[in-house]
Amino acid sequence: MNDLATLPTNRHEDFRYSDLDALAGVWPVAREEVVVASGTSETMEVVETGGGALARHLNIAIEAGGALDLRILNAGPTFGRIALDVTLQKGASFTLGAAQLAGSSETLEIVTEVTHAEPGAKSSQTIRSVLAGHATGTYLGRIALARGADGTDAEQSVRAMLLDRTATANARPELEIFADDVKAAHGCAVGELDANGLFYLQSRGLPPPEAKRLMLHAFVAEAFAGAPGEEALCEAALARLEALL
Amino acid sequence: MLQITNLHASVAGKPILKGLSLTVNAGEVHAIMGPNGAGKSTLSYVLGGRPGYEVTDGSATLGGQDLLALEPHLRAAAGLFLGFQYPVEIPGVSFVQFLREAANAQRKQRGQEPLTGGEFLKLAKEKAALLKLDMEMLKRPVNVGFSGGEKKRAEMVQMGILDPKFAVLDETDSGLDIDALRIVGQGINDIMRRPDKSVLLITHYQRLLDYVQPDYVHVLAGGRIVKTGGPELAHLLEEEGYEAVTA
Repeated sequence: MNDLATLPTNRHEDFRYSDLDALAGVWPVAREEVVVASGTSETMEVVETGGGALARHLNIAIEAGGALDLRILNAGPTFGRIALDVTLQKGASFTLGAAQLAGSSETLEIVTEVTHAEPGAKSSQTIRSVLAGHATGTYLGRIALARGADGTDAEQSVRAMLLDRTATANARPELEIFADDVKAAHGCAVGELDANGLFYLQSRGLPPPEAKRLMLHAFVAEAFAGAPGEEALCEAALARLEALL
Repeated sequence: MLQITNLHASVAGKPILKGLSLTVNAGEVHAIMGPNGAGKSTLSYVLGGRPGYEVTDGSATLGGQDLLALEPHLRAAAGLFLGFQYPVEIPGVSFVQFLREAANAQRKQRGQEPLTGGEFLKLAKEKAALLKLDMEMLKRPVNVGFSGGEKKRAEMVQMGILDPKFAVLDETDSGLDIDALRIVGQGINDIMRRPDKSVLLITHYQRLLDYVQPDYVHVLAGGRIVKTGGPELAHLLEEEGYEAVTA
C-alpha cells in the first residue's frame, strides 16, 4: 500500500474513489501498529460513528499461530477511510467483519491488503455496505499469497446494498497468488433490496420502513456474526440504519 | 365480506384480468379454479397489492373498505391474508422476530394493545402445533432451507398467528405430499372455517377441496369468471377438463 508523505491523487489506485478534499484535511495519516503475538488470540473493534472526516491506517502483524478477530463499523463520518495492512505468518488466522453505512453525500472507504507471507494461514473477510442518498461506499481488498504461502485458506465476501439509485458502490477485490495448493475464494455483489422479500414482509402487515429495516439489519449483521461484541455492534449499526431510511 | 366488481388489471401493460366480479360473504369458502394463464395468481397479487400489478378499472372492497386504495401492510391490517404460491426466502430474518413485529404492527393499526413476547410465543407454539411444524423452525430465517411442504405449512402457521378475516390462498396445495395436504387442509378449516371469516382458495386440483369443502367453485378463464357452481363443479372439472366444462 502507499507510503506517501505527500497527499495522494486519484491516480493512486488506493485513492481512486476517495474524497481528496476531505482527505487533505486529515493528511498525513499516522500508522497504527498492531502486533498479535505468536500463539495468542485477540479481538479488536474499530467503531467510527461520529461525524466529521477521519482516516486511519492500521499495520497489523499476526505472528505464527496467532489469531485476530477484527470488526469494523464505519457509520457516521462524512469522510471515513479505514485502511488495513495485514501480514499473516505461519498458521495465523485473521477474521474481518466490516460494515459501512452512509447517506447524504458521505464517502466511506475500507481498503485492505492481506498478505499471507507464510504457509497455512487463514483469512476470512466479510464486508457489507449500505448506501443511501448520494453516498459513496468503496471497498478495495487485495489478498496477496506470497511465494511459499502454501496451504493458504483465504476468503472474501463483499456485498453492497444501494437504497437509492443515486448512491454509488465501488468494489475491487484482488487476488495475487504466488503459492501452491491454496484456497482463495471471493464473491462480490452490488444490488438493491429484494422487492419480493419486501412485498412478502409488507403483506404480513409490516410498514415499508420496518420491512426494509429488518432486511437491512440482517444484511449488516452478517459482518458481525460470531463477534464477542456482536450485539452492541448490531445495535450501533441499527441506530445508523434508522437514520438512513 | 369481499366484493370485487368489474376488476381489470394489467401486468407490464398486458391486460390479465378483464372484468372479474365476485362476492364472498362472511363464513363462506370459495374456490377459484382455472387453466394456466387464466389470471388466478394475478388476482391474488392484485388483492394483496403487489407492485407491478396495475388495476385499470373496477373495484375491490373488504368489509366495505376500498382495498385497492390501501398499501399492502394496511390491507393486512384490514384483515387480508395472502398465502403465497412461492413463499419468499429472507436470509437473516427469523420467523418469530418478523411475525411478532408484523402482528403488532397490525394490532397498532387497529388500535389494539401489542402482544407481549410471552403471549406471542404461546400463540406461535399453538399454531405451529396445529400445522405439525416444529417450533424450532420458526426460529430460523424466513423460509430459508425449508422444503416446499414446510414453506406451505409455515404459510398456514402465519395465517393462524395473524388471524385474518379473509384469506386468499394461492395454490397452497402445490408441492404438498398426501399427509401434508391433509394437515394443511385441516389447518385451513381450524383457522378459517368460522362464521366471521372467509377464504378464497386458488387451486388447480380437486384434491385440496376434499379437505376444505368449498361453498362455491368458480372457473376463471381469460381474466373473468366464466362459470360458478357448487362443490360438484370441481369434480366435473377434474373429470372433463376446463375446455369441456366452459364450452
